[in-house]
Amino acid sequence: MIRFIFNKLLYLVPTLLGITIVAFGFVRVLPGDPVTLLAGERGISPERHAQLSAQLGFDRPIWEQYFDFLVRLAHGDFGNSLVTKKPVLDEFLTLFPATLELAFCAIVLATLIGVPVGVLAAIKRGSWFDQISMTAALVGFSMPIFWWGLLLIIFFSGTLGWTPVSGRMSLMFYFDTPTGFMLIDSLLSGQSGAFRSALSHLVLPAIVLATIPLAVIARQTRSAMLEVMGEDYVRTARAKGLPAKRVVMVHALRNAMVPVITTIGLQVGLLMAGAILTETIFSWPGVGKWMIDSISRRDYPVVQSGLLLIAGMVMIVNLLVDLTYGFINPRIRHK
Amino acid sequence: MSDTSLQLTDGQIRRKMIADFWFDFRRNKGAVVGLCVFTLLVLVAIFAPLVAPHSATLQYRDALLVPPFWSDGADPRFLLGTDAVGRDVLSRLIFGSRYSLFIGVVVVLVALTGGIILGLIAGYCGKWVDTVIMRVMDIILAFPSLLLALVLVAILGPGLTNAMIAIAIVYQPHFARLTRAAVMGEKNREYVTAARLAGAGPLRLMFKTILPNCLAPLIVQATLSFSSAVLDAAALGFLGMGAQPPAPEWGTMLAEAREFILRAWWVVTFPGLAILISVLAINLMGDGLRDALDPKLKRS
Repeated sequence: MIRFIFNKLLYLVPTLLGITIVAFGFVRVLPGDPVTLLAGERGISPERHAQLSAQLGFDRPIWEQYFDFLVRLAHGDFGNSLVTKKPVLDEFLTLFPATLELAFCAIVLATLIGVPVGVLAAIKRGSWFDQISMTAALVGFSMPIFWWGLLLIIFFSGTLGWTPVSGRMSLMFYFDTPTGFMLIDSLLSGQSGAFRSALSHLVLPAIVLATIPLAVIARQTRSAMLEVMGEDYVRTARAKGLPAKRVVMVHALRNAMVPVITTIGLQVGLLMAGAILTETIFSWPGVGKWMIDSISRRDYPVVQSGLLLIAGMVMIVNLLVDLTYGFINPRIRHK
Repeated sequence: MSDTSLQLTDGQIRRKMIADFWFDFRRNKGAVVGLCVFTLLVLVAIFAPLVAPHSATLQYRDALLVPPFWSDGADPRFLLGTDAVGRDVLSRLIFGSRYSLFIGVVVVLVALTGGIILGLIAGYCGKWVDTVIMRVMDIILAFPSLLLALVLVAILGPGLTNAMIAIAIVYQPHFARLTRAAVMGEKNREYVTAARLAGAGPLRLMFKTILPNCLAPLIVQATLSFSSAVLDAAALGFLGMGAQPPAPEWGTMLAEAREFILRAWWVVTFPGLAILISVLAINLMGDGLRDALDPKLKRS
């Protein structure tokens, strides 16, 4: 197992280096002068330009600049935002819990609904439940989620007035956020109604973000179950007279879960992409909205390091999924 | 013995294959519905100037935010109503279909061509060439696709062409991976060795001998990418990084309509519905294609 983990980590190194090269090169291929772009100062004198250029290291050979960039990253220095002047890493760490909370709730929602629906559809193959749920899954899979979010706002916030339109928390409440997760912090604050407010802000974005993963998980669970149900050991289990429930839950589902867990893991990258859209629609203060705002504000240090940090996060999560996969499936571990 | 064997010409074999494919495809009702909707969409896009009742950009200043025909206060001139500056929503949707289909076709062609070439080279050459190409693909895949596309658009500048290039770059690794895997499976088969012994050069081996036998998964992936490309281009348009106003691109229309969501539901609803229906139709077709082309699924 340790060897397996080590191999996985070793495999990550080149990709991680590649990501830093992309982030490093990104600012240098932008149209315009990288010095003024990174310093955020326009119309400056040649002397100031030379000073900035030396300060940012642009007067040295490119490989030296890249090496410096890596050293600074290793020291946790991700540069400062041009707009807020704050370190990019600090901003990322304040905003990331919001995205994590949203993404986590979305994937839990998608799994809790998607897996049972997929299993039921497979057991009752060809039934009206199968047909309706799989049609719904295909619709969900084809959904432009930015539009879906707007529709939900029109209906639940506009017509029914049940949920707020944007943000994470009602302005009526104020409390410390030690964990950064609104659901937990609002409970810890002990203020009545705070948790309710946090939940009502979260529910629509979570549904929107869960839509595509839910559809994918339901479809994948159904096909994995169908495949497993045709295996010999399931037939054997049936033949020796085990109750149908036990055959499905123990013999079939356990084996079908292996590809399903991979699928759930693969959704993480997609969730980040979805989070950009969801956070924009609901003005959710997470890293997705932060990236979009930074791109349109031309805050390039944030875009550069944000890209790096988000890709790094996705890689870490993917690694964890890979390890879980190896943990539940010995065949992978011992290959 | 000889009278039972049947000699088929190449043309006959090809016709038989197409007939087989059509037989399998037709069994999937959803796929046929998808194909019909898609064909309709293509026809609408081609004949947009003839079908559309109004121009896509003409502003009727006397008819701002007119609701669709079944609501109170509707104007019979505008079936699906007008937007905030008095443009006919239906006409804009009809012209918008051109953008979506064009984006899908261009993105898939660019990504497919790039992916096939890289995948063939990686799979055929092996060794360090393979390692380098596949590592670069891994790096592209490590970024969330929409985020990478956004950053690429930030580099290239917002606009439809750049959005298409960005999406194609982001999609291309999937094709490269598929091609490589298929090539690795095929390149040690007897027919490839036979062709090599007969004196076929590496280019002929790659493109003429091996490639046609790897096409099935690529076609399925191409349909899937087509629908994702339509979605992602609309998303970029929605975020202000794709087609720029006043282009009647569906995502861009949604972005313009956003501020009216609680006042005029139709300017938000219809463009999104158009995106959903087109993407759904293409995905239905994709499912049918996969069932018909994948012999493993066919038998079960």
